[in-house]
Amino acid sequence: MTPLERIALAMMWIIAGCAVVFLLTPLVVTVAVSFGNSAVFTLPPPEWSLRWYERLANTRGLWPSIITSVQIAGLSTLISLVLGTLCAIAIVRGRFPGRDAIATFLVSPLMLPGLVVGIAMLQGFRLIGLREAWTSLLIAHVVITMPYVVRTVLAALSLFDFTLLDAARMLGCSPAQAVRRVLVPALGPAFLTSGMFAFLASMDNYPVSIFFTDAWTKTLPIQMLQYVEERPDPTIAAISAGLILLAVIVMIIGDRLVGLRKLADF
Amino acid sequence: MKRDRSLIGWLAAPAVIYLVLVYALPLLWLLARSITGPEGITFALFRDFFADPFSWRVIGNTMRIAGLVTLVCLLVGYPVAFALARAKGMRQVVLLAAIILPLSVGVVVKAFAWQVVLRRDGVVSQFLVGIGVWSEPQRLLFTETGLVIGAANVFLPFMILPIYSVVKLIDPRLMEAGATLGVGPLRRFFRILLPLTLPGVVSGIAFVFSLAVSMFVIPSLLIGDRFQTLATLTGRSFLLMRNEALGSVTATVLLVLAVMIVLLSSLLARRAARFS
Repeated sequence: MTPLERIALAMMWIIAGCAVVFLLTPLVVTVAVSFGNSAVFTLPPPEWSLRWYERLANTRGLWPSIITSVQIAGLSTLISLVLGTLCAIAIVRGRFPGRDAIATFLVSPLMLPGLVVGIAMLQGFRLIGLREAWTSLLIAHVVITMPYVVRTVLAALSLFDFTLLDAARMLGCSPAQAVRRVLVPALGPAFLTSGMFAFLASMDNYPVSIFFTDAWTKTLPIQMLQYVEERPDPTIAAISAGLILLAVIVMIIGDRLVGLRKLADF
Repeated sequence: MKRDRSLIGWLAAPAVIYLVLVYALPLLWLLARSITGPEGITFALFRDFFADPFSWRVIGNTMRIAGLVTLVCLLVGYPVAFALARAKGMRQVVLLAAIILPLSVGVVVKAFAWQVVLRRDGVVSQFLVGIGVWSEPQRLLFTETGLVIGAANVFLPFMILPIYSVVKLIDPRLMEAGATLGVGPLRRFFRILLPLTLPGVVSGIAFVFSLAVSMFVIPSLLIGDRFQTLATLTGRSFLLMRNEALGSVTATVLLVLAVMIVLLSSLLARRAARFS
């Protein structure tokens, strides 16, 4: 190895180390602030306390927004899993023109500015007279979650050997049994990882949700941004710490199911 | 079985019909509305928008910030992608966790954290004063530098992962072969590694640039209302100013920009793949 290469290699590891610190900074700071007793975000906190967590119980509007977010994220993920999987099967197994185009179309909401998609939907829903916030949120979030499901399930299906279904049929399974006992277990990890990431994407969405909230129906990110604007105090950090914990749990489950390296596949 | 194969295509129908109705048609409707006035097709809204110097300042802000964010992400992300491909054991776990975990945390959480970090008494200011770079505490919050730091932090994984996906496919023996043949390290980098990683670099740049052009929450929290980008102006004109004519024009400009980035990057990625 030449000296130049050795320097390049050392630089690479130094930058990687700095990048790890940089990437984790917001998460670590949030958790540290949430356990401190300082109301003005002093770091490191003068004293540790749970006062911001105790406040969560009577923070106005927090729990309704969490319930709305979980309902919308859960239901939209479920609908996307059903519609997205059916579509992925059609794309992998079907023999019709434009299958690639359909796949691109279903993943495209991920590539367009969320704000523009949100505005377009807002105007579309108004046109047909839909003004109910909760229903609008659900309909919109199916579009947000669909790309995650289609992308992952499509990748898993293209590795699935469909002759296994014929084998199950020959061994005496009905078509429905063959799907339930062979196809569904084989796709299990894909359902779980795509479902989790779709759920998180819906939970975290701001630019689309903002157009479909009213005074009574708010999702968690909308409610949080409102707190940030009205009275920024570490209560927001405590809520954030909860969301970070959720992300950690999702990552650990994902690691157990498919491995971290697989999660990093793009 | 033959009949099954021809019918199976219909399984795509529910999802496709759903997305056409609630996503594709509204987008087309948005485009159509931005070019129709009381007397048929007109580009008056766009003419007014592009004739206003304020619009050009907003477009300039958008492009400058997105360009800087992309540059920072590329300079940091490129070596990190190589480190990730080489890392084993504990290093690998730490790197992967540091990249994937922030991806699953919402943008409101991270932008709020950067508000705390970039304050005058925040961690960055304390650190820089501590090591003597700054003589007194400064506020990075509500400055362009602060915005670029925060946005680069949020979008960095979208640069690392596409580059990593091509780096991990490179056969390390290629570099050894180059060395055995007496090619110097700099030439080896520019003639072997860079061309091979170009498709990943192109898609990373496209990802980060399009995310940075359309970011909305991050600038609202880190720089405030005095600094407008296309996305914040779009959001404001619908949510606060109730100026939907302006909003649909900026939304259309954003949409066209996003589609152009996607098309251009897939074209360039195909070129780069063929070249290597």
